[in-house]
Amino acid sequence: MTTNNTTARKKLIEVKHLKQYFNAGKANEVKAIDDISFDIYEGETFGLVGESGSGKSTTGRSIIRLYQPTSGQILFDGQDISQIKHRDMLSFRRDMQMIFQDPYASLDPRMKVKDIIAEGLDVHHLVHSEQERGARVNKLLDLVGLSRDHATRYPHEFSGGQRQRIGIARALAVNPKFIIADEPISALDVSIQAQVVNLLRDIQKKQKLTYLFIAHDLSMVKYISDRIAVMHNGKLIELATADEVYNHPLHPYTKSLLSAVPLPDPVAERARQRTDYNDAIEFDGQQRTLQEITPDHFVLATNDEVIAYRKLAQV
Amino acid sequence: MADNLNKLKITPASFKTVTAANVDAQEKISTPSLTFFQDAIRRLRKNRAAMISFWLLLVIVIISVVSIWWTPSNPNAQNVAYANLPPKIGQGIPGFSGQANVGGRIVDKYAQANVPKGTYYILGTDYLGRDLFSRLMKGVALSLLIGLLATLFDLAIGVSYGLISGWHGGRTDNIMQRIIEIISSIPNLVIVILMLLLFTPGLNSIVMAMGLTGWITMARLVRAETLTLKSQEYVLAARTLGESPVKIAVKHLIPNLSSTIIIQTMFSIPTAIFFEAFLSFIGIGIPAPNASLGTLLADGQKAFRFLPYQMWYPAAVLSIIMIAFNLLADGLRDAFDPKTQE
Repeated sequence: MTTNNTTARKKLIEVKHLKQYFNAGKANEVKAIDDISFDIYEGETFGLVGESGSGKSTTGRSIIRLYQPTSGQILFDGQDISQIKHRDMLSFRRDMQMIFQDPYASLDPRMKVKDIIAEGLDVHHLVHSEQERGARVNKLLDLVGLSRDHATRYPHEFSGGQRQRIGIARALAVNPKFIIADEPISALDVSIQAQVVNLLRDIQKKQKLTYLFIAHDLSMVKYISDRIAVMHNGKLIELATADEVYNHPLHPYTKSLLSAVPLPDPVAERARQRTDYNDAIEFDGQQRTLQEITPDHFVLATNDEVIAYRKLAQV
Repeated sequence: MADNLNKLKITPASFKTVTAANVDAQEKISTPSLTFFQDAIRRLRKNRAAMISFWLLLVIVIISVVSIWWTPSNPNAQNVAYANLPPKIGQGIPGFSGQANVGGRIVDKYAQANVPKGTYYILGTDYLGRDLFSRLMKGVALSLLIGLLATLFDLAIGVSYGLISGWHGGRTDNIMQRIIEIISSIPNLVIVILMLLLFTPGLNSIVMAMGLTGWITMARLVRAETLTLKSQEYVLAARTLGESPVKIAVKHLIPNLSSTIIIQTMFSIPTAIFFEAFLSFIGIGIPAPNASLGTLLADGQKAFRFLPYQMWYPAAVLSIIMIAFNLLADGLRDAFDPKTQE
């Protein structure tokens, strides 16, 4: 799944010192993202976890340029996305797509499924006749495991899982390279979650996609991700491979987050101890940066804390 | 019971494997596909008051359309010899027999005026001998025309203003909303009177005055709705697909705003009709000799104590139009609101 020589791989996304403030300079300023940096390599699934309000979704939306970043850079395939000119914007929009959180809000209730899926095809003029359009829509419906009869139906006739698959088909219609999945499973039943996650994995294999997978459910993120970043209060707290984060968490917040994962075993679940986390340690006024503790395992820390973390990692 | 259980044997053959073909069958939706509008109309049909209003309005609209080409007699032709004739449809029909109470005696006004046999005025004549029924037909047509023009302004200015204001948000929105507040703080009547300084009273100045102010409620409603719609995920999805703002407005916003727009239109038509009637009633609306509901009421009111029919019928028609539009709008609002779904 993961290789250690990640440096040799091509970086598809580079986020450098991204800051996203809302109502900047006003009394109600919100620092949704506060100086984060990370890279996403081509072909991998990058998991982004954190609690509500930690800035995960904002990060996704900044990368796809739904928001204009306050400062910092986002490079996609080496190109700064904030510098993309209007005429190149369309091709950027083709390369990067998003799957949304709420399957009930992400499909226009007044449009038929085929028109929802074909929206991207129409915008980018990828099809030139009605038959071609229909054929493409049918192919996409097959790909996400929906029946072809569904093309003429309206979104409200579908279940949550089916709707989410329509959303996936819409994103795939333009043949993107990179997909941001913004909590695509958190509004679904557990049984349907697996269905959607497996679908995403299958499609990734078939089409060689790169994912940014945003979620708050650590167990599901571990299942799908190669590397995981943990976010809290707009900052990246810990970044490592999925196994490393899961098995050897270093930052107390990650530990606390992992201790909150419910176990599907009544005996173990009864014995499960939750670790409380006090975020006061983040607000002691000291400057912290992401520091490499063990190879490819980064933790937000001061220089003093790095030593402590290194010791902890050796145990 | 226990016997039955023993007889029931479960073997591997009792199970069938689910294949891809079966999945297709499982995902099948058998209910008929209803669009949002079909669903709304189905709900509207169940609302009796709204349906009665709808049919009444349809009849009124058809009659006023007919009046463009045909009226029983010329609505502006005066015939002083036949002035103030009461309504007559036939002999012996109460209220429509052509008789009137003059000084305590019932007299046949038609005979007094030497009206030839077979000439009837269904709703009587006014003080200049003009046929009131024809005038009423023309008057309703004019009132509806004003309602229609007001609606066009509502749609053209109100919807686009609201969409732009809501979509851009921020400073644009702030400025546009302040402009709306300034316009809405000036009473309509003042604007119409000021208009009279520039234009002659008539259809044009009424429509102009309404065009200047009537769209404000629509713009506010559309703006508020746009503010919520633009953060909906399907609008974000359209943006990430690279759809242009104009296309988003046409493909996503307006269809999702349609219920608000239709309902607001249904409320703004009667307001416009009523405003025209009011202006004509106080004498600064439609000039003589043209008929509108307001001028008919104004004329009828002068002789109301002795010839009440001259005011009753226009007043009744105006009331019916107002009530019907409002009930229909109410019904539409319920039909379009998914929360009222049974």
